[in-house]
Amino acid sequence: MTETSLFKRLSIGVISLWLVFFAVVPAGLVVIVSFLSRDPAQLVAPVPTFENYTRFFDPVFYQVFLDSLVLALSTALACLAVGYPFAYILARSRRRAKSLMLMLVIIPFWTSSLIRTYALIILLKANGVVNSLLIALGLIDEPLMMLYTDGAVLIGLVYSLLPFMILPLYAQMEKLDVSLLEAASDLYAGKVARFFHVTLPLTTPGIVAGFMLTFLPSFCMFYIPDLLGGAKTMLVGNLIKNQFLTSRDWPFGAAASIILTVLMVVLLAVYRQSSRRLEREPAA
Amino acid sequence: MIRIVKAAYVSLVYAFLYVPILVLVVFAFNDSRVATNWQGFSLRWFAKLFGNETLLGAAVNSVLVGVLAATLATAIGTLAAVAIYRYRFLGRKVLSTAVYILTIQPDIVMGISLLVLFMAVRMPLGFTTLLLAHVTFCIPFVTITVLGRLKGFDTHIVEAAQDLGASEYEIFLRIILPMILPAVAAGWLLSFTLSLDDVMVSFFVTGPSFEILPLKIYAMVKLGVKPEVNALSAILLVLTFCIVFAAQLMMKERREK
Repeated sequence: MTETSLFKRLSIGVISLWLVFFAVVPAGLVVIVSFLSRDPAQLVAPVPTFENYTRFFDPVFYQVFLDSLVLALSTALACLAVGYPFAYILARSRRRAKSLMLMLVIIPFWTSSLIRTYALIILLKANGVVNSLLIALGLIDEPLMMLYTDGAVLIGLVYSLLPFMILPLYAQMEKLDVSLLEAASDLYAGKVARFFHVTLPLTTPGIVAGFMLTFLPSFCMFYIPDLLGGAKTMLVGNLIKNQFLTSRDWPFGAAASIILTVLMVVLLAVYRQSSRRLEREPAA
Repeated sequence: MIRIVKAAYVSLVYAFLYVPILVLVVFAFNDSRVATNWQGFSLRWFAKLFGNETLLGAAVNSVLVGVLAATLATAIGTLAAVAIYRYRFLGRKVLSTAVYILTIQPDIVMGISLLVLFMAVRMPLGFTTLLLAHVTFCIPFVTITVLGRLKGFDTHIVEAAQDLGASEYEIFLRIILPMILPAVAAGWLLSFTLSLDDVMVSFFVTGPSFEILPLKIYAMVKLGVKPEVNALSAILLVLTFCIVFAAQLMMKERREK
């Protein structure tokens, strides 16, 4: 009995302690710091204030959030537009081909997105592969300015995050019961109706999960705007990074990261809601 | 007709995912300073790479942290998965939710939280802080991989062992562990990859005393395209491909039986 509870206690204890020390306590500290004032010498002064949050209404920072929001939304929607049909085809392909096709999506999922971003630079820069190709084909005379634009940042984010949209979509579509689609057809539902009334509602949790995995990181991948964007392109991720490493304004950086966390929690709630609704009415 | 459109679409997406990587690897073997002119096959950038002491030092550091972080995270993450799967205890739901939240938490939030923690306890940034951070973001991936494997597990075997007087520790070592071993190995490999590639968290929690490859690459890439970076990236890409391939095979092997 004692030995039994020892193993049980050990396995539960180690992970709990680790999470408390390296997830809960740090999160608590960030919350605390976000309500304190900055201090040039000691980084943080123990003077409580709300100023770190009210500063987001300052047009400069407000604009950063707005720009990031637009870019993150565009990224997530572009990933969805490209990924949805792809995941659909993938889920419907033959068994043997499927595992290879899936593997080809999983590999970039795990590959360093920094290296993949660097690969894009080689393609997009002024004397890069794309420009050389277009000039060689006689389509353009002057190299196009592709790198260091907002478009390049968007391409970079979509390129890095596309697998994060495809995989959850695929997982959801894999579960899709084909007999439901057949039933819809038997009831004379057209292709469009079948899509909107059966396929789309049943794959909503996948869409929300994919959205979460592409939308949130788009805010944060500071090295993509750093490497692909112009000097002006600044995202919340860059803002936070700068507060912590350049301008040494930790409380403000902490407040920005709290706002990101709140965004994550909202998305999680939406996800739970959508998958729970699906469980309650399986064939809605 | 529709089949052709489908095949074309799928190929186009794969081209989008793979052409940039392939171009990068091909130009690593290019005998020219300018990345866009092909001047013949050469290994000189690889040779130059292996003559670069600081890069080699950073590579050794990265592998060291990767191996240690993956091993620690696999031990903790596997035990956590078994605990979540086998036991009913107060806070079980909270624990499993926390594990999932950690996987979707933005990396930058984890990076700065740990930075604040390390500063609060006055820990100098370097090897130890980096290792602790890497273990933290690897654990949930191990736990989720192992939990996925445990779900298809026949609980009668465990009950039979219990009836025969096996202790919890024996059950874990003799029954559960052998059955989840492929997932544990896959979890280790994926953790190693995550650790080797991480930029966002490492950026905040390591100091100049302990340099690692991704941050070196980041600093080099900021200065522009260099053939040595191509060579280095090519090596890392091939390494990642092999590891992920192996991990996938391990996770699939048992599932199909």
